[in-house]
Amino acid sequence: MAHRICIFTHVNDTKSQVMTDKLRSLEFPIEKATVAEVYTVNKDFNNRELTKISEMLSNPISQKFLIDEPNREIDFDYALEIGFLPGVTDNIATTARETIENYLKEKFKNEESVHTSTLIFLKGQNLNEEIIKNIGDSLANSLIQRIHIKSHEQFATDNGMDTVVPKVKLKAHPKADKVELNIPEEELLKMGKEGIADEDGERRGPLALDKDSMETIKKYYNEVEHRPPYDIELEALAQTWSEHCKHTIFASEIDEIKDGIYKHYIKRATKDIRNAKGDKDFCVSVFKDNSGGIIFDENWVITDKAETHNSPSALDPFGGAITGIVGVNRDTVGFGLGAKPIINKYGFCVGEPTDKEPLYRDKNLTDKLLSPSRILEGVVEGVNAGGNQSGIPTPQGFVYFEDRYKGKPLIFVGTIGLIPKEINGQPGWEKSARPGDKIVVIGGRVGQDGIHGATFSSEALSSGSPATAVQIGDPITQKKASDAIVKEARDKGLYNSITDNGAGGISCSVAEMAKECGGCTVELNKVPLKYPNLEPWKIWVSESQERFTLAIPPEKIDEFFKLMEKWGVEATIIGEFNDSTRCIVNYNGETIMDMDMQFLHYGNPKKILKTTYTRPTHKEPDINKPADLTDTLHSMLSRPNIASFEFISKQYDHNVQGITGTKPLQGPGRVNAKATVTLPFPGSTKGIICSQGINPRYSDIDTYHMAASAIDTAVRNAISVGADPDYIALMDNFCWCSSDDPERLGQLKAAAKACYDYATAYSAPFISGKDSMFNDFKGFNQEGKRIKISVPPTLLISSLSVIDDITLSLSLDPKFEGDLIYILGETANELGGSEYFASLGYIGNSVPKVDAQKALKLYKLYHEALKARLISSSYSPEFGGIGAALARKAIAGQIGMEINLNRVPHTKNLNREDHLLFSETQSRFIVTIDPKRKEEFEKHFANVIFAQIGTITEDQNFIIKGFNGENIIKSNVKTLEEYYKKTFKDF
Amino acid sequence: MKPKALILTGYGINSEEETAYCFDRTGSEAQIIHINDIIENPSLLQKFQILAFPGGFSYGDDTGSGNALANKIKNNLKKEFLKFATEEKLIIGICNGFQILVNLGLAPAINNEYGTPQAALMHNNTTRFTCTWVHLKNQNSNCVWTRNIEMIQLPIAHGEGNFYAPPEIMEELNTNNQITLKYVKEDGTPANGQLPFNPNGSAQDIAAICDPSGRIFGLMPHPERFNCFTNKEGWEKEKEILIRQGKELPKDGDGLKIFANASKYFQ
Repeated sequence: MAHRICIFTHVNDTKSQVMTDKLRSLEFPIEKATVAEVYTVNKDFNNRELTKISEMLSNPISQKFLIDEPNREIDFDYALEIGFLPGVTDNIATTARETIENYLKEKFKNEESVHTSTLIFLKGQNLNEEIIKNIGDSLANSLIQRIHIKSHEQFATDNGMDTVVPKVKLKAHPKADKVELNIPEEELLKMGKEGIADEDGERRGPLALDKDSMETIKKYYNEVEHRPPYDIELEALAQTWSEHCKHTIFASEIDEIKDGIYKHYIKRATKDIRNAKGDKDFCVSVFKDNSGGIIFDENWVITDKAETHNSPSALDPFGGAITGIVGVNRDTVGFGLGAKPIINKYGFCVGEPTDKEPLYRDKNLTDKLLSPSRILEGVVEGVNAGGNQSGIPTPQGFVYFEDRYKGKPLIFVGTIGLIPKEINGQPGWEKSARPGDKIVVIGGRVGQDGIHGATFSSEALSSGSPATAVQIGDPITQKKASDAIVKEARDKGLYNSITDNGAGGISCSVAEMAKECGGCTVELNKVPLKYPNLEPWKIWVSESQERFTLAIPPEKIDEFFKLMEKWGVEATIIGEFNDSTRCIVNYNGETIMDMDMQFLHYGNPKKILKTTYTRPTHKEPDINKPADLTDTLHSMLSRPNIASFEFISKQYDHNVQGITGTKPLQGPGRVNAKATVTLPFPGSTKGIICSQGINPRYSDIDTYHMAASAIDTAVRNAISVGADPDYIALMDNFCWCSSDDPERLGQLKAAAKACYDYATAYSAPFISGKDSMFNDFKGFNQEGKRIKISVPPTLLISSLSVIDDITLSLSLDPKFEGDLIYILGETANELGGSEYFASLGYIGNSVPKVDAQKALKLYKLYHEALKARLISSSYSPEFGGIGAALARKAIAGQIGMEINLNRVPHTKNLNREDHLLFSETQSRFIVTIDPKRKEEFEKHFANVIFAQIGTITEDQNFIIKGFNGENIIKSNVKTLEEYYKKTFKDF
Repeated sequence: MKPKALILTGYGINSEEETAYCFDRTGSEAQIIHINDIIENPSLLQKFQILAFPGGFSYGDDTGSGNALANKIKNNLKKEFLKFATEEKLIIGICNGFQILVNLGLAPAINNEYGTPQAALMHNNTTRFTCTWVHLKNQNSNCVWTRNIEMIQLPIAHGEGNFYAPPEIMEELNTNNQITLKYVKEDGTPANGQLPFNPNGSAQDIAAICDPSGRIFGLMPHPERFNCFTNKEGWEKEKEILIRQGKELPKDGDGLKIFANASKYFQ
């Protein structure tokens, strides 16, 4: 029988206080909320054992527990319990179970289990069941959690809450079904769109295979295999050919470009740059592996990868984001023979945090979308849990707010890794499974979670989106596996190849590795499962997290397994690699998949895409210069895209591993930095610089210039802190929308062309990237009207560089009064797509354009100046232009400044003070210098456009003088700081 | 001979490498060992003079921070660890390691009751995991690890660092000088529970304590994360001052002083 252990905190009960405050802030009439933790232990124990277990699960100083009895002392009106639905990852329960097993020195049996839930006792005026239900809805996510409510009377009558054991019970159908494809065309199309039908007619979920693909598969089975496929074969093809895995849109012929966008613009840029660099080429592994790799020093390589986890984060922001960050960590461990994750990065594009207008997935308005602020809260917490628990510093990130991310947020996560150049005499980035190697899976077990993740990401988000796509990462299980690999097994040479299990699960990882040697045979019933009766096709495609697949030579199996046992990592042999040219899967003695590897990987039908691109003309704002620019600057500083997001930076550990250098919050005023420096080796001065660039609003005017600006931003931010312009690598993350629409494809092509043009202009090669093509939401507004919201075409560019001596790197805060303030670069009339125009409700047309040759000349000079220590602080204007940049500098340094706008070099067509302040022209720096170095500094930059625009003052005043020399902005550091920090003060 | 330091790892401990670096850098000889290797061969412990519980997220803080790993030790190595604690040896628990020490009852161990938990590190009163820098002041305890340190600036990164003990334990802690470091303001005056100086609401601004002998040291801040000059928050301004004065930039971080005290103890 199952036992309920209920734990209460009796001193410093912060959880209850936080809950009370939170419910009050949501305007629920709550006087007091008391939160208890519940462990439901589904196993027989005697009283002595139960007491001992309860002692182990609670704190003797601050907590008390009750076993199988209700709390009779508490004063409440309603009790609300939130627990997990069957099959949802419950990390705390896993630890509790391990603790109990360790104490008993005995493993739980299959039918025995532990589950956690949260019990909240609520006291308040006029509470009723409906209010409590609303409270439950605002705290729980019905896709993954259950809510159980009892009134005080009911609780008393029933002697407490019910004992609920959320175990997965699957109907026993663990076999593979044959699927008939010789059916009417419309049936075939339906199967591609909605999935294979079960016996009862219910569809299994999207295969996301279009007509051409379904016909190709039908033809292959009719003409080559002469038999109908098994369900598992169709599901495997759907995974492997999915947009998510195959990147069909990037790979297909498009207009005049026969080799497709990816090869033609992205890969070719890298190839041309590497050729031009010759022996100065620093790339070692590009595009082919889970991450890209560049040389760090004579012994080490650094890797980089950025991913998105958009659709899952829309459904369950916490689960989506934690799964995203631990997933991209696996892309690091899965690089080459295994890199150690050392830096995490993030980027959250979400709806406006104040937006409360609901949207629904269904016509009946029952399936409501989470609000932007709840999505933000969830994803921030998800990356917090994933990154912090994994012990990987997270110094670098951004948040971007825009209405059109309301239906589908974009959640970027990235990881930089470190790997030796040479491992056991081989290059660390090379690996290959060999015939005869055992296929070994390590880490977490397989359940229904994440079924159809790959095909789901390839479809727009709608009410048909499968709930099983939601999963919750388990950072500790992964940390154990990842440590076992990169801290021991790798250097002992215990395996020939490794890859991570991401989208498509083992169906993709095993098949990918089988490419290295030419074939594989898998015994599917060996795969360890979370619960019985899982159908074979689900085992094959499940995306259950925290797993790696390895190729291990038979003679090393024993040593490998012993090592895994020590690290507490489950490892299982599930088959063998061979050179049969076939991918064979057996289940209970029956062959249920037997497919030509060529067909699996390359049999997908080729597409030819056509594009159009009509550049729009927007209305120019017909608004006079504001009378009081001080007010304007203040309100600009509070705009979500300019305001401080210290609340995020501060909860992400950036000091762990003892390798922090230039930090995410800078100066005594703690202003968010745009680039950071990390020292991978304690005691060494050689650092890694990373930064990011993103400008989604510019896409409304021209995606070519949007992409150019994103590249320039990522590059110049890195250069600003100390990157060598000759040593910068890039990554692209395209998050597009409606990519079956020729206009959207036209926008995509233009952006990709800019990637080629600007990467080559800057000699900054792309080393890795990812694309996500259907970030659209289809649903209903609160009037029940059908709507579609597409994200603005978004491109995140990440930059990666190396600095030999970190003491050369620069922070953004001005340091001393009397220092001189300079601007490097010329400001143009480029307010199209700017934050300033957005604040006025306009888009405009004059999007910032990057002159790469001019910029590069400045960047090279800048880097020389930095190395000569001519500069004391540096910051590059972006959203909010020089107005926001100067204010942030003053806040960071907690120091006043006086600026003369007349001295700012600008183009002739720029003749308004507000425009000069807020234009978002790229390729500019604002620096401060020691007055003693004035002459040297000015001589150094004599051949580029620059000017001294002011000085750091001894008071706290922030003064900007206008064209006529009068003060047009008069504020002070404290006031600026208030406006800069107030937007997210309560987050 | 250099003292040997055992740096524990496994199950989500994540600061073992930089902790080992700090010991190696300051005259000890560090070795990182997985907890399961010690369970399999407890006699390993005898080779070491120093035992370090590094920072991390053992078991993801599930069932309470430091609790699950402490349970694992209690269930497998209780006797051996108690023996180590009461010999002429040194133990340090940093952040999650401090939480483990407290759960194991190795600190504060008032009345030499080693093995009985007497205090708790509870959720920060800000309710958030917080990563920032703090100022700390030595309370003139008899702690070996903080000798010759008056004030020190170190980073913290935790969600559960709010020190709590029942009144009688608090009194003993004060009477026996077992409070080693307190959160203070930049000028050394008491934080008085005030944010951001006391970052978590800790009772009496306690950041670190020791056992009655002064050999077992538990602290929430991370000295191993201030192992070089450029780890420090605001180092860029210090650099600028030194450069304008024509001076050399320092290399080491102040956090190393704590580890240096360990090797000095055995000289």
